[in-house]
Amino acid sequence: MKHGARSDDRIDVDVLIIGGGFVGSTLAAALAETAIRVAMVDTQDPAAAIDAEFDGRSFAVSLSNTRLLEGIDIWPLLAPRAAPILDIRISDGPSLFFLHYDHTETGDDPMGFMVENHNLRRALHSRLSDSATMTFAPDKVEKLERGQGFVTAQLRSGQTIRARLAVGADGRFSQTRTEAGVGVTQWPYKQSGIVCTLRHERRHDCVAHERFLPAGPFAILPLHGEGLEDANRASIVWTEPGDVAQAMMDLDETEFCGELQNRIGGFLGEIVTTGPRYIFPLGLQFAETMTAPRLALVGDAAHAMHPIAGQGLNMGLRDVAALAEVLVDARRLGQDLGSAVVLERFSRWRRFDNTVMLAATDGLNRLFSNDIAPVRLARDLGLATVNKLPPLKRVFMRHAMGVVGELPRLLRGESLL
Amino acid sequence: MTTSVQAAKSTVNPDEVAQFTRLAEKWWDPDGEFRPLHHLNPARIAFIRDHAATRFGRDPLADRPLRDLDLIDIGCGGGLLCEPMCRLGANVTGIDAGAETVNAARAHAEIMDLDITYRHVLPEDTGADGKRYDVVLNMEVVEHVADRALFMEAAANLVKPGGLMVVSTLNRTLKSLAMAKIGAEYILRWLPVGTHDWKKFARPSELANELRPHGMEITDIKGLSYNPMNGEWHQSDDIDVNFIMLAVKDRA
Repeated sequence: MKHGARSDDRIDVDVLIIGGGFVGSTLAAALAETAIRVAMVDTQDPAAAIDAEFDGRSFAVSLSNTRLLEGIDIWPLLAPRAAPILDIRISDGPSLFFLHYDHTETGDDPMGFMVENHNLRRALHSRLSDSATMTFAPDKVEKLERGQGFVTAQLRSGQTIRARLAVGADGRFSQTRTEAGVGVTQWPYKQSGIVCTLRHERRHDCVAHERFLPAGPFAILPLHGEGLEDANRASIVWTEPGDVAQAMMDLDETEFCGELQNRIGGFLGEIVTTGPRYIFPLGLQFAETMTAPRLALVGDAAHAMHPIAGQGLNMGLRDVAALAEVLVDARRLGQDLGSAVVLERFSRWRRFDNTVMLAATDGLNRLFSNDIAPVRLARDLGLATVNKLPPLKRVFMRHAMGVVGELPRLLRGESLL
Repeated sequence: MTTSVQAAKSTVNPDEVAQFTRLAEKWWDPDGEFRPLHHLNPARIAFIRDHAATRFGRDPLADRPLRDLDLIDIGCGGGLLCEPMCRLGANVTGIDAGAETVNAARAHAEIMDLDITYRHVLPEDTGADGKRYDVVLNMEVVEHVADRALFMEAAANLVKPGGLMVVSTLNRTLKSLAMAKIGAEYILRWLPVGTHDWKKFARPSELANELRPHGMEITDIKGLSYNPMNGEWHQSDDIDVNFIMLAVKDRA
């Protein structure tokens, strides 16, 4: 163990992170720069996760979150393989109206970057193995006792960890959340999302496309070429009603590509899929509260959403930026990191942003996932109108880029310290 | 005379311990009776930290910037300032005139596993052992004492040469009568009616005059102001109601 006070077999730290996925690991990496001592517990074997082959999934990381990743020394490891999104074209099915977001309208920065799952996982792992963070994996919190002054976790391995604060970063089905008695509000959709990666003949020119088809949104997201000759690649997020989606999953390669080609059109030329296809049931879910005594919930444990705007991980990273800042500031004031006063600051800060984003993506999906003529006309006119009003469009864009509101220091591109 | 409440383990009454723990919970409930102090805390801790670190040549934002400084909190209550000061690295002593309060503070420090010395003693008596401190905290107390001049002298005597005292209290102005007394007690009900006697509020100049004969000079003063939009207190230039001052003692 590199640090953390030991008493018999117990390890004392300041913050215990439960769940070592992207959000939990990013929090650990952010806190690794500070004097706050961290232990992280994850059920997955990190070596297996690192060795995992290219898995075909990727994230659209908003500009503000690339600043967060920069601030905690992750971005330099990712940048060479991240594709900038210079332009976003949103269109409504077959209609001619479309909303065009060009990065030059908000400044010279790209709107965000496409980052592949396995690259992000490797970068986080490499950053954390250089830090003093204690990682327990594969391991599991069997029992979490939240007492007056501490939380005490019993791990399956027999290890006991005592901390001032526990952070539940254990995903949509968070056991930490359930055991703390924090309820969730859910809206299941009757839609599923299919995710896959394509190689295509023509260049994507770093343009992302979001099409609101009657069955649900369809996104084409530009990926980095990995330096290969025929390396025009894009990530597809394709929503369909659950049964249709499953039928698509069952198609053979030629039929599947045919269905894709129908939705994409001809502008990318010939397409072939590369890597596996994934299917996810869609749904909106958020925890009734982001905090409980000596516990904070972050990422999907606090809010899981329709991936329509690619905002799930981005919201989780915004939780991380806010929580890391609240904890660093509390530490500098000698405050108890798990106290109600400190947790209240975090939840007040995040609550508004999360609610707005959940409502907006849910509304967008409901608005676009139907084919009733008047609704269709209204939204076509709406898109065209937004397109003609640059100030309004800038507000939309800046929100999608994650640069509105009172931003944590890490999202402003400033040091946490 | 020091009234020690440090009892041998064998004589501890479990019922009493439970009672002190309940009292500690009251002090530490951020939405309870002492809510205003919880909300004041970040602004006043930052003032203490920045001045103490600067005076002793440390970076206020470094980890544990008050490491190894001897600090005493006069009128420590449930330990709302002692615990953060301990986490910032200081060797903390908390004293209070209320025996039960001291026991409650001690019970809470035990729960939090913090090493703080609490004593039920008055400042004029604690000085008798000759122990002096780098930092003396005199926070939200002077408006409650019977003989302020005597109290300020006793507090000043606890400061080591080259050390400092931080004083915070309520100014005696018409605005503080309106806001801190009538507003906070009768209208907003932040404080129980009768918490404060406005006539005992102290002007900064009066405190300065009481400290000067004991080798201490006021070198900084800030207001503490409430922002109703976010419910937080911050340092400001308005010293008409709540204010916080730094007094330093010559190194000689």
